[in-house]
Amino acid sequence: MPSALINVPAKAKRGSVIEIKTLMSHIMETGYRHTASGDVVPRDIITSFTCRFNGTEIFRADLYPAIAANPFITFFTTVTESGKFEFEWIGDKGFSETAQASITVE
Amino acid sequence: MVIVRPAEATPAMLQAAIRNVVGEANVRTGKVKLDIPPLVENGNTVPMTISVTSPMTADEYVKSIHVFNEKNPQPNIGNFYLGPRAGRAQISTRIRLADSQKVTAIARLSDDTFWSTTADVVVTLAACTEEAI
Repeated sequence: MPSALINVPAKAKRGSVIEIKTLMSHIMETGYRHTASGDVVPRDIITSFTCRFNGTEIFRADLYPAIAANPFITFFTTVTESGKFEFEWIGDKGFSETAQASITVE
Repeated sequence: MVIVRPAEATPAMLQAAIRNVVGEANVRTGKVKLDIPPLVENGNTVPMTISVTSPMTADEYVKSIHVFNEKNPQPNIGNFYLGPRAGRAQISTRIRLADSQKVTAIARLSDDTFWSTTADVVVTLAACTEEAI
């Protein structure tokens, strides 16, 4: 079962810069490995990660097989208002997962 | 049909991947800092942090950060798109390295100039890209 781990501070001061840490459980099969019988193990990776805040995209990443299993991505954002972060991971074989986190800005 | 896969990206593939991002623009050295261990035991998960010197204001900010490698089967590692509201131009992730090699990070600033840095990484146990499972 895919599962996401998100670390966003619950509260922050208006105008401050916060760090967001994200981890999605995923095998990130490169497509470059073979089985004992010589067949290529098909690629199965997350290709895209997006973070939106109150509907506006604030961070996006294109991922390749060189990203380690269980992609861990951290980035920063300036908080100006209370609201909701939405995270979305999209990948091979129809993979699509979302997660949310709220922040209160004082 | 037999597909022959290259064991590693060729310098031409790396150049093509970089040209794909920067086009004809000149890539200068500087402004970008790549934090990656110089010696890693396990190439399957190598922590990496990239930061770019930028005031991150509405007029002057980092648009994107692109990471490439020299010897994995594919030259691309990841593209990260930021914006002025990021506040700090810094990202971290964990990558795979199939061999001891150079890792290059290129940042695109809001004025469409490109800045880069390169780090050498020695890998003791390569990421499993080729072996049978």
